[in-house]
Amino acid sequence: MGRYMALDGNSATAEAMRQINPDVLAAYPITPQTSIVQTFSEFVADGLVDTEFITVESEHSAMSACIGASAAGGRVMTATSSAGLAFMWEVLYVAASTRLPIVMPVVNRALSAPINIHCDHSDSMGARDAGWIQLFSENAQEAYDNTIQAVRIAEREEVRLPVMVMSDGFITSHAVERVEIEEDEAVKRFIGPFQPTYPLLDIDNPVTYGPLDFYDFYMEHKKQQAEAIKRAKEMVIEVGEEFGKTFGRPYGLLEGYRLEDAEVAVAVLSSTAGTARGVVDDLRGRGIKAGLLKPRCFRPFPSQEIVEALRDKAVVGVMDRSDSFGALGGPLFMEICAALQVQGVRTRVVDYIFGLGGRDTTPDQIESVFCDLLQIAETDKIERLVNWLGVREGKQEVVTAA
Amino acid sequence: MVDLEAGWREIPEGGLIVEAGNAVEYITGAWRAQRPVLDLEKCTHCLFCWIHCPDCSILVEEEKMKGFDLDHCKGCGICAQVCPVEAITMVKETE
Repeated sequence: MGRYMALDGNSATAEAMRQINPDVLAAYPITPQTSIVQTFSEFVADGLVDTEFITVESEHSAMSACIGASAAGGRVMTATSSAGLAFMWEVLYVAASTRLPIVMPVVNRALSAPINIHCDHSDSMGARDAGWIQLFSENAQEAYDNTIQAVRIAEREEVRLPVMVMSDGFITSHAVERVEIEEDEAVKRFIGPFQPTYPLLDIDNPVTYGPLDFYDFYMEHKKQQAEAIKRAKEMVIEVGEEFGKTFGRPYGLLEGYRLEDAEVAVAVLSSTAGTARGVVDDLRGRGIKAGLLKPRCFRPFPSQEIVEALRDKAVVGVMDRSDSFGALGGPLFMEICAALQVQGVRTRVVDYIFGLGGRDTTPDQIESVFCDLLQIAETDKIERLVNWLGVREGKQEVVTAA
Repeated sequence: MVDLEAGWREIPEGGLIVEAGNAVEYITGAWRAQRPVLDLEKCTHCLFCWIHCPDCSILVEEEKMKGFDLDHCKGCGICAQVCPVEAITMVKETE
């Protein structure tokens, strides 16, 4: 049996890392990730883990050290946020393309400029094409659970890819919640021992990592990678089910809340899904058939499952906590639109860019989104495809509140 | 070395080379624009060329310079540059 503790998201993540007991951790501090590695460094100093903690001079070096240690045959972790993740950009691709099962909590924070330390998803969305598996956590419990599951998913023989575990900066990382922490032994049993495929430290079987790869083989290696992350979808499901059987909290690719019979739905990642759930309950109480879709896995993107979940909805409002500047809309919006379009599903979809740089997103604002959706359902007319929720328009335009 | 026609299912993942020492099977001599030519009359077998060759392409038997492994020599010209007695000259492959 686990025990309940009052922990913020970063402490819960650090607890998961203590239980995982990685061979190597290389990290550089950045707000709001700092308290994860700071707490973990105390575990190292207190002898609670066997981890070799490598303090580095930058995130580029942190990920590079992780790549070396993972290739050597170790179970390896790091953690970062925002500019730190951006600074890793080049080496993120190396980790994924070299098929190294590194696990990295990413505490979501806005990117500069202007400089901002608060939550949005532009950091991990910028890394969405790097080849990493991406899991988004709603709260501290999910951050803990996803970190443990990430180890299993990453290390599966069929996958061998790195995993990012996201949680919302400050909202989740620094707010204290009730978190069920499982027994150390149970977590250890769940993740099992790491079996590296080609450890560099196996000097009897020498291998070469990172050779030059030209037009004669590069495409075959990319095809392998594309197939591996596709296969990861099944592994995310399997590991999530097994986690549920073991610890009583099952996970899938996505979560629907009062979604089945909903006419209008909001799709949103991470902590805002918690706020939206309350709004759905409130609207249901007033006889409005509102629902919520919370994708958990963004890479691989569960297109088919999302289409099935949204197929019969009249209108869907996607809430994006980052913009893809100059694109049709935010990243989640575009993926959902594309998934529906290729399946020939004509569900109406509108986008709401929200919460950038930690801007608060209130239940009232989410209710206003549902009001828009109901209006679109009634009039069959979309006035604005991409909306900015909670941005001040100034005196030139009257802000329509719910 | 893997078959040059091998499909994506048939090669090691992640770009790894899992067979040690197989670079010898990869013929890179065709990359060369110039080739080294040895004048054995001048050669003192000091083996500076052997020390400096970045590609192990100086053939040596019983501590004597014997010539070049032209299957792997890329024609960089370092051997000609370091030779103290100018026993190695670089000539164009087209000549």
